[in-house]
Amino acid sequence: MAEYQWPPAGKRSLIGKRISRVDGPQKVTGRARYTYDVHPPGMLYGKIVRCPHAHARVTRIDTSAAEKHPGVKAIELMTEPGKEIFWAGDEVVALAAVDEITAEDAARSVNVEYEVLPHFVSDAEPPANTPEGGPLAEREIRDMFFTLQVPAGQIVSRIQKDGVSFTPDDAELAQMKQVGMADSVIDAIRHAKVVPPGKAGNYKRVAAQTQGDPDKAFAESEVVSEGLYGVPVITHCCLEAHGAMSEWTDPEHLLVHISTQNLSGIPGQMAEPLHVPATNIRVRQDHIGGGFGSKFSVDTWGIVTARLSKKAGGKPVKIMLERDAELKVAGARPSSYARVRVGAKKDGTLLAWEHHGWGTGGVGGGGAPPIPYIVNVPNQRKQHTAISNNIGSARAWRAPNHPQACLITMAALDDLAAKLRMDPMDFFLKNIELTGPRAKIYAEEIHKADELMGWKKSWHPRPDSSVGPVKRGLGMSIHTWGGRGHNSECDFAIHPDGSVVVRLGSQDLGTGTRTCIQIVAAESLGLPMNAVKVEIGDTQFPPSGGSGGSTTIGGVSSSTRRGAVDALNQLFAKVAPALNARPEELEAADGAVRVAADPGRSLPWKQACAKLGAMPVTARGVNKSGMTPDLTNSGVGGAQMADVSVDTETGIVKINKIVAVQDCGLVIDLKTAESQCYGALIMGIAYSLYEEKIMDEATGRMLNPNMDFYRLAGIGDIGELVVHMMTGPGYDERGVIGLGEPPVVSPGAVISNAVANAIGVRVPFLPITPDRVLAALEQKETRHAAV
Amino acid sequence: MGDEDGRKPKRGSRGSSRDVSRRDFLKIGGIAATVPLVGTKLATAAGTEAPVVGPGKVPVTLTVNGKTYTAQLEPRVTLLDALRDSFDLTGAKRVCDRGACGSCTVLLDGKAIYSCSVLAIEAQRHRITTVEGLGDPDRLDGVQKAFWDNDAQQCGFCTPGFVVATKAFLDRNPNPTPDQIRRGLCGNLCRCGTYVGVRAAALQAAGAGGSPARRGAAEEGGRRNG
Repeated sequence: MAEYQWPPAGKRSLIGKRISRVDGPQKVTGRARYTYDVHPPGMLYGKIVRCPHAHARVTRIDTSAAEKHPGVKAIELMTEPGKEIFWAGDEVVALAAVDEITAEDAARSVNVEYEVLPHFVSDAEPPANTPEGGPLAEREIRDMFFTLQVPAGQIVSRIQKDGVSFTPDDAELAQMKQVGMADSVIDAIRHAKVVPPGKAGNYKRVAAQTQGDPDKAFAESEVVSEGLYGVPVITHCCLEAHGAMSEWTDPEHLLVHISTQNLSGIPGQMAEPLHVPATNIRVRQDHIGGGFGSKFSVDTWGIVTARLSKKAGGKPVKIMLERDAELKVAGARPSSYARVRVGAKKDGTLLAWEHHGWGTGGVGGGGAPPIPYIVNVPNQRKQHTAISNNIGSARAWRAPNHPQACLITMAALDDLAAKLRMDPMDFFLKNIELTGPRAKIYAEEIHKADELMGWKKSWHPRPDSSVGPVKRGLGMSIHTWGGRGHNSECDFAIHPDGSVVVRLGSQDLGTGTRTCIQIVAAESLGLPMNAVKVEIGDTQFPPSGGSGGSTTIGGVSSSTRRGAVDALNQLFAKVAPALNARPEELEAADGAVRVAADPGRSLPWKQACAKLGAMPVTARGVNKSGMTPDLTNSGVGGAQMADVSVDTETGIVKINKIVAVQDCGLVIDLKTAESQCYGALIMGIAYSLYEEKIMDEATGRMLNPNMDFYRLAGIGDIGELVVHMMTGPGYDERGVIGLGEPPVVSPGAVISNAVANAIGVRVPFLPITPDRVLAALEQKETRHAAV
Repeated sequence: MGDEDGRKPKRGSRGSSRDVSRRDFLKIGGIAATVPLVGTKLATAAGTEAPVVGPGKVPVTLTVNGKTYTAQLEPRVTLLDALRDSFDLTGAKRVCDRGACGSCTVLLDGKAIYSCSVLAIEAQRHRITTVEGLGDPDRLDGVQKAFWDNDAQQCGFCTPGFVVATKAFLDRNPNPTPDQIRRGLCGNLCRCGTYVGVRAAALQAAGAGGSPARRGAAEEGGRRNG
């Protein structure tokens, strides 16, 4: 009788091996179809007219010229006169036409008038006299919970302390509950005092939190380091822009293709605004060209494709955002900055931490990142000021809040280690118990990273004292993430001809989801990879969770394993008599169903399946929390080290090498897991050296909404990358844990620390651009001259 | 724009069509003068008489992957949009829409170009090859196979452009060094971060068609080699 537990190491023929992704041939030949490529006959192209002002009130919308434009088939207002707009690029009018250039021409003929209102796009340090508190707006609460992933408890205590600036009505609260708001937050809103919006304006200062006795601890500290650190707003810059195509296949039924991380969640988001039952909405997606946290919502432009289609008699209407819109409105990671003081004994024992942080997540302001990150310094005082401004709303970006918290914490600790004249590796290991239950894993990973980087052999104190303008340095960091498997269901079928299919309403972000499902299914049945068919990307399949928070591989692996085992046991019941055995004595291995204790008594897979008669066996595999055995787990570590060169004459930073050591429990496909880590390092190099959403204070617009000036790393920018996955005893038996987020957390910190080690001074903010390097070096010179 | 070893200019300093020298670009620009015209109008440009097409739709004939495609297109339609919207060849992608990212790369007479920055009418009478023309899922080209083997793809949206760019690069540099690969493929951008796989894929594909010494380098290069 097959059991749910993962097979032990000796019995795994596919799980944990390096297996090429199953949809690779489709992708390398250009046959993989993305939402952007869906192109049914008669499809109309949609375009959106956007507001050029960062803050304005719409006074008049005139679409009469567009209505007369030949080829225009439908026009839909996305806002109305009198409504306020809070960021440049927000949607005003959408229209659909026979081809794209016609739609563009027609969009240009739409005339919108605005009353321009004062805007604010800065996220510079708030004034020192900013008062504490201030009531929360509804939008802020939604942003904090859904986008910035502020813990419900933190939101509740803010609501209880500061009140809300709106009068909640039951319909609003019911809607909040429907979209998944925590009951505790809804309850807190219901009982909150209603306070009119305060005069504090754009700043919301949260009361200080303390732990232990920071004042006493600082007094006892023998060495105290102070510094300023931060990470600006960056965008997601998905190569496939956000977009959707909707088609009313009949007046009651909607077919939607959408670029989404959350396929099974889309019908529920469309039902209410379109007044159509979710059961009448079918959503499809074969491939997605990047999401990184920004594609969970159907978005206003997704809804409007359905509205335009309706007006155009049901014809398919597609809207894909242009590159500039993608960068302006479809995804931004909140900024985070802090002034930090941190104190220790001479031997490196950490005693005291204090910081005042600030940052923006757009209009909603945003929550406080978890600082100090991982290292729980015994005595702390922490304060955060959220800045609400007109830069557009934030979205979850791969490991929300962690890269920011990691940079600020690890840079501050690295500066303290330098002041202590300690090797940061020794300093981290000395304080490793402050990381809590994963201390042993971190220590193991740091030692492994040292081995791969040769840290102990080549580390030098700050700065690189060699002659010549190019200085070399090393930096390190550790990180964590939760993971676990999301709710996932699959239909698993074994047919009498031996064919096998598993179907899930999931999505493959390029993380290897299809491949991992196929590995688990094939492994569970003792079959080769190509004997199993995997179908995902259709809401006609059982629902599977959104791909966020590194929960997909856990969820789909677990549901697939359970479905496979249940189907297999049904097959065993039919096959057992032919093998003269009891069903519980059977196993499926090496392409056969056989008696486990006597493998000679066996039937090849096809012959075994023929015993099913006319009908297939099917099973619904389910993963949800609280199931036993739990095939998934939560909580990973990770250690990284970087080796960089800095040209002190030009300010250019070059990556020589980065080492990533990462655990994630039981690895399903080592090849795609390693790819995720390489990719995370490269994405990390990009946000460390190049990426920043630059806002123009005068106009309130983004200055670099294109890929010339919003820079990503190129193939020549990444140096040598080394990835090591921690596997084997101590790791495998934990079960499956997701991997998307954790390796992208540390690169900012390791690169910033390596630069500081090379040049002897901290470049406070990412990205570490040449001008910032030169400015930091100049300040160092000035400081030296003054001493 | 360093042409000797097929190196492309560094990102940020190149013109609108990677791998096309300034002179080539002007030549392509001159194609407009040779396209068959309906209702020819003439205008004076740079001192010479030049025929004017459009702004309405004109017949356009393209030779793509050895097949002839025709459509009525406005002269302002790019080669990329014609391929995708009129001929349903959707391998090439529009990402930056201004010659910065390489996702729309196709071959024009064997040279890699950004199809977002070439007009469809300019591409007439040229041999166009898209990623679909290199191989299909059951019969992969060596470069495509190498991309698959080395997992030089995640979401896969930049992959068709990268595959075509790699093909053009290796055609001109059959035995590249890792450093030449880094420079030669710098005209394509990936967001998921698949460059380690792309480097290994380029080495493997070069090794497959190159000398035994080169094959050795491909193995040694592996996935960990920068």
